[in-house]
Amino acid sequence: MTPIPRRSRRRLSPEAAAVVAASGGLSRRSLLGAGTALGAGVALSACAPPEPPSGGLATLDLPKDVSAEDKILKWANWTAYLDMNGKETKSPTLSRFMEETGIQVTYSEDVDDNDSYYAKVAPQLRAGQSIDRDIFTLTDWMAARVIRDQLCQPLELIQMPNVVNNLLQPLKDVSFDPGRQHSITWQSGFAGIGYNKEKVGRELKTLDDLWADDLKGKIVVLSEFRDTAGLVMQSQGVDIDSDWGRTEFENALDFIEQKIEEGYIRKVKGNSYMEDLTSGNAVAGITWSGDIFVLAYDTEDPNWTFTIPESGGTLWSDNLMVPITSTHRRNAETLMNYYYEPSVAAEVAAWVNYVCPVDGAQAEMEKIDPDLAESPFIFPTADYIQENNIQAFRVLDADEDIEFADLWSTKVMGN
Amino acid sequence: MSGLAQASVAPAAAEVTAGGDDQRPTRRSWTAYLLLLPGALWLGVFFVLPLVQLATVSLQSRFPGFPGYYYRDVNFQNYVSALTDYGPHFLRSFVYAGLATFLAFVVAYPLAYAMAFKAGKWRNLMMICVVAPFFTSFILRTFAWSQILADEGWVAGILNFLHLLPSGHIINTPLAVVAGLTYNFLPFMVLPIYASLERADPRVIEAGGDLYADGFTTFRTVTLPMSMPGVLAGTLLTFIPAAGDFVNMELLGPQRGKMVGNVINDQFLAIPGGYPVAAALSFTLMAAILVMVFLYVRRFGTEELV
Repeated sequence: MTPIPRRSRRRLSPEAAAVVAASGGLSRRSLLGAGTALGAGVALSACAPPEPPSGGLATLDLPKDVSAEDKILKWANWTAYLDMNGKETKSPTLSRFMEETGIQVTYSEDVDDNDSYYAKVAPQLRAGQSIDRDIFTLTDWMAARVIRDQLCQPLELIQMPNVVNNLLQPLKDVSFDPGRQHSITWQSGFAGIGYNKEKVGRELKTLDDLWADDLKGKIVVLSEFRDTAGLVMQSQGVDIDSDWGRTEFENALDFIEQKIEEGYIRKVKGNSYMEDLTSGNAVAGITWSGDIFVLAYDTEDPNWTFTIPESGGTLWSDNLMVPITSTHRRNAETLMNYYYEPSVAAEVAAWVNYVCPVDGAQAEMEKIDPDLAESPFIFPTADYIQENNIQAFRVLDADEDIEFADLWSTKVMGN
Repeated sequence: MSGLAQASVAPAAAEVTAGGDDQRPTRRSWTAYLLLLPGALWLGVFFVLPLVQLATVSLQSRFPGFPGYYYRDVNFQNYVSALTDYGPHFLRSFVYAGLATFLAFVVAYPLAYAMAFKAGKWRNLMMICVVAPFFTSFILRTFAWSQILADEGWVAGILNFLHLLPSGHIINTPLAVVAGLTYNFLPFMVLPIYASLERADPRVIEAGGDLYADGFTTFRTVTLPMSMPGVLAGTLLTFIPAAGDFVNMELLGPQRGKMVGNVINDQFLAIPGGYPVAAALSFTLMAAILVMVFLYVRRFGTEELV
């Protein structure tokens, strides 16, 4: 059990600041820094081997939009990420959208993990083929890659007045998508410890509480390395939004590797970790905030608890984007606009329990459930983020992206 | 392709020539070529072309600074890394696939034997039972097993009650993986063995008894050799896909000690620009299986397969 280093209060990172509703006078300097670092990485590598890939220079050749004639929309999202009607698999907000607009939405929980989803669709998108989806939902860092590779379409903000009016001010300009020309925030959230209080038999407060003998083999952690390694790095005293290097990352991976080999960590999984928690194969783990609330609701077991470990948690956002080959961009924009109505956003947030990016949703939430309007997991205050040391994993440059994915694959995934 | 076609046509042509007719052989061989055409085309488009594509990918290099991109190159480093970094994964794949093949044989032979000789009116029903799982997706069936074998499921419950599980669980162990492989490929073992046993002339087996051989000797010297083509086909049909499988390991296996299929899957899906190494691994796996199958068929091979 390593003691957690005391840290002085620090300024919020831009990514953290971006999702906090109460944002007063935050510096943009570090945000610009992250942007230029990414740019420099690309510029440097462009002069390395043969011809650079075409992405970034060619003019976009968008497919003809048939939204008006063909009123359908196919949306790829993550598990437990939209309000669902009881045990049924129907979403009240989505049904209402279909009624109001006449657009038939096919909603599928396709995304288990950013990497595997990207690897599946990217080759098709590069070849100009349809992936049979009109919206996909990907995390910031992956959204950055998709935008850089020009695999998504520019969005017409003029078609989405709700987004323009209600997107939280700090989220209107993010490092990977200045001016939100290509992506719209769907939800934000935290990674921390999720566990069943009854089955564990006590409260888990620090990350090291997970490595107890009675929990051996009952722990599941996320395959998203920014979250799992991020949390471990925080417990090792690293500020994950500051300028750390490969050594710190490797230290965390060695630690995780050791915990797997000693049998504490049973599985490293994508969003399907929820199945292990449901089936009882695992009783605790590194999880995403909202999922645990959904799990408590679905299993009717209030013992499912989510907590930010004392050493801190991670923060991320997922973004809606339109694949480059989609022919239903207008329909997609209609949907994005719909979900930025505060009342609709509040309804979704009340179910998914993730951080809501829509201004005005908190007031609407008062009408649905005043308790939820106070929930730090939906409407966190800047104080909450700071006090709990919740940080965003720093932006990796393109080479680190590959290098770290390799390290993660061999050391942790066991490949 | 034409080499293959030539080889299969030659005996037919020779036979006809022996008959002494000068006109017919050429026409016959043209017909044979024509008949081979659809198959050859199919193989060309769906096997040879992808293989060539895979071979070129396996020699490409990652594009530094552009995750997910790679460029044309002659980079044998991919093969070196496939062999040096992933040796244990290959070994595990072959061991698990070998065990699964053996277990499937042990289960399948009595089943096929019963179906062929003892089932009577139940034969069709048994056949349906063997084939029925194919009506559901492979992944779904494996997923169902992950539920059945879960820690709080009844299987693990009973075994734990009897203190038969040292680790306390079945799922996420190599045992679950081998069991899953055995289950999933069992029909591929049963059907060929059944087919060759079913064709066996029962009178030949009776003759064994007439010649004073006991039941076991008859089985060993008459029945088993007659079913060898089926056994050979069954073992190949089980071992080859099992060695390349990754689903069972993914859904039923532990976090450590993965099979080569998982590495290929991960290189393709989780690592930006991992395609070349994944392709090199696929080629190496294919070559290794080819060598093993070649040696196996030379040792146990018979004139005909099924």
